[in-house]
Amino acid sequence: MATRIDRKFAALKAEGRPALVTYFMGGDPDYETSLKIMKALPGSGSDIIELGVPFSDPMADGPAIQAAGLRALKKGMSLTKTLALAASFRESDNTTPIVLMGYYNPIYIYGVDRFLKDAVASGIDGLIIVDLPPEMDAELCIPAIKAGINFIRLATPTTDEKRLPKVLQNTSGFVYYVSMNGITGSALPDTSKVADAVKRIKEHTDLPVVVGFGVKTAEQAKVIGTAADGVVVGTAIVNAVANTIRPDGSLVADPAEAVATMVQGLSTGVRAVRLAAAE
Amino acid sequence: MDKAVEPNSFKTGPDEEGMFGIFGGRFVAETLMPLILELQQAYDDAKNDPAFKAELRELSTNYAGRPSKLYYAEGLTRHVRQLAKDRGLDGGAKIYFKREDLNHTGSHKINNCLGQILLAKRMGKTRIIAETGAGQHGVASATVSARFGLPCVVYMGATDVERQAPNVFRMKLLGAEVKPVASGHGTLKDAMNEALRDWVSNVDDTYYLIGTAAGPHPYPELVRDFQSVIGEEARAQILEREGRLPDTIIAAVGGGSNAIGLFHPFLDDKSVEIIGVEAGGRGLDGEEHCASMSAGSPGVLHGNRTYLLQNKDGQILDGHSVSAGLDYPGVGPEHSWLRDTGRVSYVPILDDEALDAFQLTTRVEGIIPALESAHAIAQAVKIAPEMAQDKIMIVNLSGRGDKDVHTVGKLMGMEI
Ligand SMILES: Cc1ncc(COP(=O)(O)O)c(C=O)c1O
Repeated sequence: MATRIDRKFAALKAEGRPALVTYFMGGDPDYETSLKIMKALPGSGSDIIELGVPFSDPMADGPAIQAAGLRALKKGMSLTKTLALAASFRESDNTTPIVLMGYYNPIYIYGVDRFLKDAVASGIDGLIIVDLPPEMDAELCIPAIKAGINFIRLATPTTDEKRLPKVLQNTSGFVYYVSMNGITGSALPDTSKVADAVKRIKEHTDLPVVVGFGVKTAEQAKVIGTAADGVVVGTAIVNAVANTIRPDGSLVADPAEAVATMVQGLSTGVRAVRLAAAE
Repeated sequence: MDKAVEPNSFKTGPDEEGMFGIFGGRFVAETLMPLILELQQAYDDAKNDPAFKAELRELSTNYAGRPSKLYYAEGLTRHVRQLAKDRGLDGGAKIYFKREDLNHTGSHKINNCLGQILLAKRMGKTRIIAETGAGQHGVASATVSARFGLPCVVYMGATDVERQAPNVFRMKLLGAEVKPVASGHGTLKDAMNEALRDWVSNVDDTYYLIGTAAGPHPYPELVRDFQSVIGEEARAQILEREGRLPDTIIAAVGGGSNAIGLFHPFLDDKSVEIIGVEAGGRGLDGEEHCASMSAGSPGVLHGNRTYLLQNKDGQILDGHSVSAGLDYPGVGPEHSWLRDTGRVSYVPILDDEALDAFQLTTRVEGIIPALESAHAIAQAVKIAPEMAQDKIMIVNLSGRGDKDVHTVGKLMGMEI
């Protein structure tokens, strides 16, 4: 069964350019504003939306995304409201794929079966759950696949040749290559190494491979996008939101506009890529 | 939670996947997965290597000072017998202390650190990181790092840096770098998050020396194994002293390492009642406690499924305890399983009760216990008067209280 994610990558392939995958934190700086941010993403050039679910203890995230999650939680954001956010977005956009990204505990507490039912109803297409490696597939991955939701796995530089097949086994939608060992928001790694890694992964799978961690500018998006099927930008977007907020919580500028401007810039990067004719 | 079917033995866990029933597991980012598999391999090899065991035994004996004494706490026993008398009873169980406070560095934490530093060495790791609450694990980590010439970074919540100042200074003297963590309430949970972030960023050279029987598999198992020396010794010592097993054993539970170390060798001794003491803080009604098994629910944090303090949305609460070492909203997964099987009872002790036990022990025994250990002692004082005089109890005195004198002094309104 082709999902919105599959259809999107097929369309991009026809266009001959990589996907721009944009991460933002649901509920940051508040529910209404984050809905505005989300709604502005496709028009600004985002192809796939990663919707962050705030968690109190984001062990794999750097200071920027930690702070965004805390801002959202302080304003009362929850998994329930994150699903509502997606459903609200779906009322006016039925094509842009939405991938929920977060940690397992809120889903576990919500109840896996109930969560999957509500996620499907809210128009969620995929899940990236940071703390569920393949060893834990019985928890959520297998039930998600049965429910028709893509389970997108992270591969990292520590995922060696021997382990790759295990990581790819139940992965669908796309593979997310985390280009460095580290937390979100770290510096961009050596791009030639990234190209090698993507090639290595592609020897094991036909799925699109997107690359994330550290991409901040259109130029970087172009370079990474030349080597991969998509580029994920997260911390830079979260920072664009943070930069509109004063310490007392009041706004200096419109966060949705700041994000839109940033994403428009990044999208010129991926659009500058024309895949080799050989493809 | 339904009571699980009672197993033939309580000592067989975890299974291949690192599960104790539904608890435990390996809930970590992919970056860390190869590392914990490598650690498991290294530990399985080490376990069966006589040279590893011999080196650990040598260090435990001549560096850490094992075996630790089993001490008949006569003053405290007299005290609980007086309490019994005041209630018109003639009870008052006989109380023994397992003296982990006498170990090098002043707590049970050194047992685990010696085991793990030898593992790190075997694995060729050149940098040690650790998290700490009370600072006892930080001090023990800094100590073994100094002993083996490895650089050591200790993550410590900003609140704990303040309330455990003497230990911060000790770590620095030992050459460790102490990194205060300001997120959350600045306690053990936050320190653990930050240590995990360091680990994913430095996978090649760094060994994460976890200080308690929690985290992803195989940590709960290997920390338990390194701490089980406490219970193995205590069991042999009481058999020699009294010619029989104790009736009750008690330990404080933070992440649960000193407790599982005492409990594990006794788990299949059906006649032995086992009690774990959680931090009741300011009471279980609100959120100011750390009694995850008495008042929490199962969830996933720091690599394992276990009882946690959390809200309806699965967000982890910060909790509170006067004792930095118990100020953690989770607990090691094996304890969660022992709770659900009913083999071990877990009870809360309030801040004030622990402070009373701290002062009482200091006065009647001439021993200043760690505030963590004072929780276990408080539970002993609570139940011993109701028990007959021929009953025997072992309390794990997991550490000494020098590190806590500032905290206690402040609470007593004294200037130090
Ligand atoms: C003396 C002492 N006892 C107990 C604890 C609690 O830890 P655990 O439950 O792992 O034994 C600590 C932790 O810092 C401690 O320092």
